[in-house]
Amino acid sequence: MSSKTRIVITGIGLTAPNGNSLPEFRGNLLAGKARIAEIDVRHMGRHPAGVCDFDATKWQKRKELRNGTRVGSISIYCAREALGDSGLVWESVDKSRVGVYLGITEHGNVETENEIHNISQFGFDTKYWTHHHNPRTVANNPAGEVTMNMGITGPHYTIGAACAAGNAGLIQAAQMLQLGEVDLAFAGGVSESIHTFGIFAGFKNQGALGAHEDPTKASRPFDKNRNGIVISEGGAIYVLERLEDAQKRGARIIAEIAGWCINSDATDAVLPNPERQAECVRLALKRAGMRPQDIHIVSTHATATALGDIQECTALREVFTDCPGTYINNTKSFIGHCMGAAGALELAGNLPSFEDGWVHPTINIDELDPECALPGLVINQAVQAPRLEAILNNSFGMLGINSALIVKKYGVA
Amino acid sequence: MTKEDIKQVVLDIIADIAPDEDLSAVKSEIRLRDQLSLDSMDFLDIVMELRKKHGIEVPEADYVQLASLDSCAEYLFPKFQAKGSK
Repeated sequence: MSSKTRIVITGIGLTAPNGNSLPEFRGNLLAGKARIAEIDVRHMGRHPAGVCDFDATKWQKRKELRNGTRVGSISIYCAREALGDSGLVWESVDKSRVGVYLGITEHGNVETENEIHNISQFGFDTKYWTHHHNPRTVANNPAGEVTMNMGITGPHYTIGAACAAGNAGLIQAAQMLQLGEVDLAFAGGVSESIHTFGIFAGFKNQGALGAHEDPTKASRPFDKNRNGIVISEGGAIYVLERLEDAQKRGARIIAEIAGWCINSDATDAVLPNPERQAECVRLALKRAGMRPQDIHIVSTHATATALGDIQECTALREVFTDCPGTYINNTKSFIGHCMGAAGALELAGNLPSFEDGWVHPTINIDELDPECALPGLVINQAVQAPRLEAILNNSFGMLGINSALIVKKYGVA
Repeated sequence: MTKEDIKQVVLDIIADIAPDEDLSAVKSEIRLRDQLSLDSMDFLDIVMELRKKHGIEVPEADYVQLASLDSCAEYLFPKFQAKGSK
């Protein structure tokens, strides 16, 4: 990292299909409990999907819920829960020095599809098109809804980064803290993707939509019989601060951001490029001042597509040679692909390993694909590890965006 | 439809678009904005719901007529009558 300013995580709020708090989420990951439902997708019938069941009225009035978006609601819930987790006294925080940086895969599809459906009931007469459409579909919507709900007057925007967005939100926040643009950041990733049929249809017609008679087994990265992505909603938002600020207020420091990299394949819109992925991981390690052997958990991006999983394994095999202390897992096997929230949620689910000493598994592997047989892959059962001090969190996305984020246990050299 | 019915129509719409509001003591003669937490987007919602649910059009120049329940009833009464006679 070029800057010497150290950035730490001091709060986490999340909603995942199998948990509305980090302890609940972590408990289900260690217990091997997936939660995927079957939902009715407009025009497409029933498909497996990860659905969140957090209490939206905990932090929002019903009118806010009516006028806002689903992803705005997810964002507000996660940000408010992260604030509670951080121990910050909100009344004494200078709101003009707080930033909100949220990664998104896409935004606006849900509302646009809903309005097209709405006016289809009126002969496609656009005078029935809602005046709420523009504030709901501007790309900063989820971050903006957080600022309005919490009275934050510092900067807010979203970072569009396909499925690398969760990491990208955290990286953006760390950079803004290092630059001194803000003193406190709410950052991570969010998604409402299950409410748009377009993403289901797009993946289906690409031959990449996961299916299984038991929906909880539909998302099966690294399994020989995997057949595609399970689309999910969710969010994970972190409170980030400069280390000295966190120390000054006596904050509980959950982990430290150690290094990162975002790069581009520049090759194909959908097919990943393992060479660039490996470069991304290596550069993140270099910036963190770490060797591959220093990473104890690799949280993989693998989405259960036929080729994508193999490509990531190729990249990891190249970087992590002779690393007996490195464990590899995957969270999408439990909760599907939470799109913009994926990277942020997958990191969150692994962070408690610094304290509890366990590595959660990758589930739904009935027959391991030999091409995905990485040493250190934790299959179906959680394992205890002698040393868990650093996590590499991979998130990759369409148009060839790669992100690697390294987080380490606080206080470890 | 009577003018009292029309007031209830408007109140039902407000109940949908402002679900946190207590509508039990809304006074007909007082501006809705002075009694309830309603903004310009909410009034556009009222216009949209009148259009969708009742086929009533309120041109922009007449939005001011929706200020109170009484003025709504006065303004909308002939429009509902015209609808009813079709």
